[in-house]
Amino acid sequence: MSRAATGFKRADAAGIPLPRFRAPALFGVLGLVFAGLVGRALYLQWVDNDFLQEKGAARFSREIEIPAHRGRVVDRVGDVLAVSTPVKSLWAFSNQFDATPAELAALARVLETTPQKLAARVSANEVYAVLAKQIPPEQAARAMALKIRGLNEQNEYRRYYPGGEVAAQIVGFTGDRDAGQEGIELAQQSWLAGQPGSRRVIINRRGDAVEDVAAIRAPQAGRDLALSIDSRLQYLAFRELKAAVDKFGAKAGGIVVIDAKSGEILALGNLPTYNPNARNKVARERMRNRALTDVFEPGSTMKPFTIATALETGKVRPDSLIHTEAGALTIGSATIHDAHAAGPLTVEQVIQKSSNVGAAKIALSMPAETLWHAFSDAGIGTPPRTGFPGEVAGRLRPAKSWKPIEQATMAYGHGLSVNLVQLARAYTIFATDGELKPVTLFKTDGPVAGRPVVSTQTARAVRKMLEMATQPGGTAPKAQVPGYRVAGKTGTARKLEGRVYTTKYVASFVGFAPASNPRLVVAVMIDEPSGGAYYGGDVAGPVFSSVMGSALRMLAVPTDAPVNNVILPPPGSEIREET
Amino acid sequence: MVRLNLILLGALVACALSLVTSRHDARRLFVELERGGASLRQLDIEYGQLQLEQSTWGMPARVEKIARENLRMQLPPAARVEIVDADAPREGNR
Repeated sequence: MSRAATGFKRADAAGIPLPRFRAPALFGVLGLVFAGLVGRALYLQWVDNDFLQEKGAARFSREIEIPAHRGRVVDRVGDVLAVSTPVKSLWAFSNQFDATPAELAALARVLETTPQKLAARVSANEVYAVLAKQIPPEQAARAMALKIRGLNEQNEYRRYYPGGEVAAQIVGFTGDRDAGQEGIELAQQSWLAGQPGSRRVIINRRGDAVEDVAAIRAPQAGRDLALSIDSRLQYLAFRELKAAVDKFGAKAGGIVVIDAKSGEILALGNLPTYNPNARNKVARERMRNRALTDVFEPGSTMKPFTIATALETGKVRPDSLIHTEAGALTIGSATIHDAHAAGPLTVEQVIQKSSNVGAAKIALSMPAETLWHAFSDAGIGTPPRTGFPGEVAGRLRPAKSWKPIEQATMAYGHGLSVNLVQLARAYTIFATDGELKPVTLFKTDGPVAGRPVVSTQTARAVRKMLEMATQPGGTAPKAQVPGYRVAGKTGTARKLEGRVYTTKYVASFVGFAPASNPRLVVAVMIDEPSGGAYYGGDVAGPVFSSVMGSALRMLAVPTDAPVNNVILPPPGSEIREET
Repeated sequence: MVRLNLILLGALVACALSLVTSRHDARRLFVELERGGASLRQLDIEYGQLQLEQSTWGMPARVEKIARENLRMQLPPAARVEIVDADAPREGNR
């Protein structure tokens, strides 16, 4: 300023007249320009700040999603039962999709379809067109490399079930957005599901992230889940069940293999089934895990519990004689029949030959309350709590409402209902020394303590009776396994429809082996076998035998009998049962 | 005084340069980390795919089919099985 002022003086001194308002005017103009700049700077800094910050950030920072896949479901040795792999879907807004015929043809080649089909999808009256659904990432990359305007890709996960129909009902499947919809996938949704995270980074000119700015959401990877299922046993059980259901033209069937030491469910098969990888238009009823969600009247497979209760109360001993009334016992207006009329039977023979009259008479010698407690302790009427969604408790009415005839029929498994897993669980009482093991679908380590229900002595006595049932003179010689002593009980129960017993049957067999030190409990149920055969010993027994034999061999369980131990009775002399 | 200033100037320049290099290093390492993370994810995905492949090829149904049909294997009947007791004296088995 001072120089300018001197300038004036000099100019004055030079004698050139300058207008007097020139300096103030120049000042004013410069001042205004300066004020304008300051104002603009203030405006940008304070008023318009947010918008500008945002625009700036968009140039150099970016929010990236951190993907998190869903956890795998594996079996007890780590074989995959369900796994998610990333796939891509290609989509476009119909009005933004702009491909030349040549581009469309190239895209069609990559997607293995025709240009006509692609064009039809885009021109359909939808805002949004999916051009390819869940295709492998490599294929999507080739499609995107064509750089067609308006074509977008989207990351998705697809769940695969390598086991297919074999373990379909246990594992279940996922539906939209990778969320569990059935089975374990549904029950363990929160464990398996991954939560994608996101973070903000600074990117360089090439678009690579160069610096982390902030984590917006930490990703939560889905956790893997190990089931108690053994894939090999699962397949084996399923194959044998399927063979039997096909052979006898049955409506449905179920099989459960339980580890007698730990209560783990090693295999659980159901028929009918479905393929979880291609489940469009599969009827809901095929998806049901019948072994856990459906109940049936167990029939004779309940008799060992009646006998065990009587042994516990001291009413009978294994060798006590029971008069079977020539195979017919009338209680009130109803009569109970035996398939084979026999003379007096020992308690052991009541189980071996599956005498209804014998079991009913033993049951009637006890108070209803005692029997109810025993059944309840065996887990009848309480859900098995395997961790599977929708499992049922079965039905065991309170003892107060039992009429004498009902008490008699309950002794041989009518008037109450169970699911197959409950039935198998109940037999752990005899497979151990009287403990009811908790059953689970999840892998556990080592033996699990059960709840003591009956005395060691009683459990062993009943185990001996059950072993007799699989020997000649019993109802289930076909359940024998070469090289192993087996114990088990048949069931041949008429089905109840409405309030009437029909001539449709449920054939079942529940047993365990090796009898000297039980390792596995196997329960088989065949629903409505047709074509003549319907006895538990003929229909379900052989399934038990082949599954148990192969399973024990696979698990390398030492034999406890010579291999020529299987003795089948001559044809025509088989012992059969009704219920 | 001048000397002190010169020393301080030198220190300042050194600090400034080291800031620049460490910042550059940080970015370079970060890019490396990113690449590592990306390849981790990629390998994880590949692992899943391989596991899927393994269990598809190793499906018991498939193994059994090949054993029975291509290799003509079968289960021996019980009559042809002999069980050897691991605890029994060896001479007895010879």
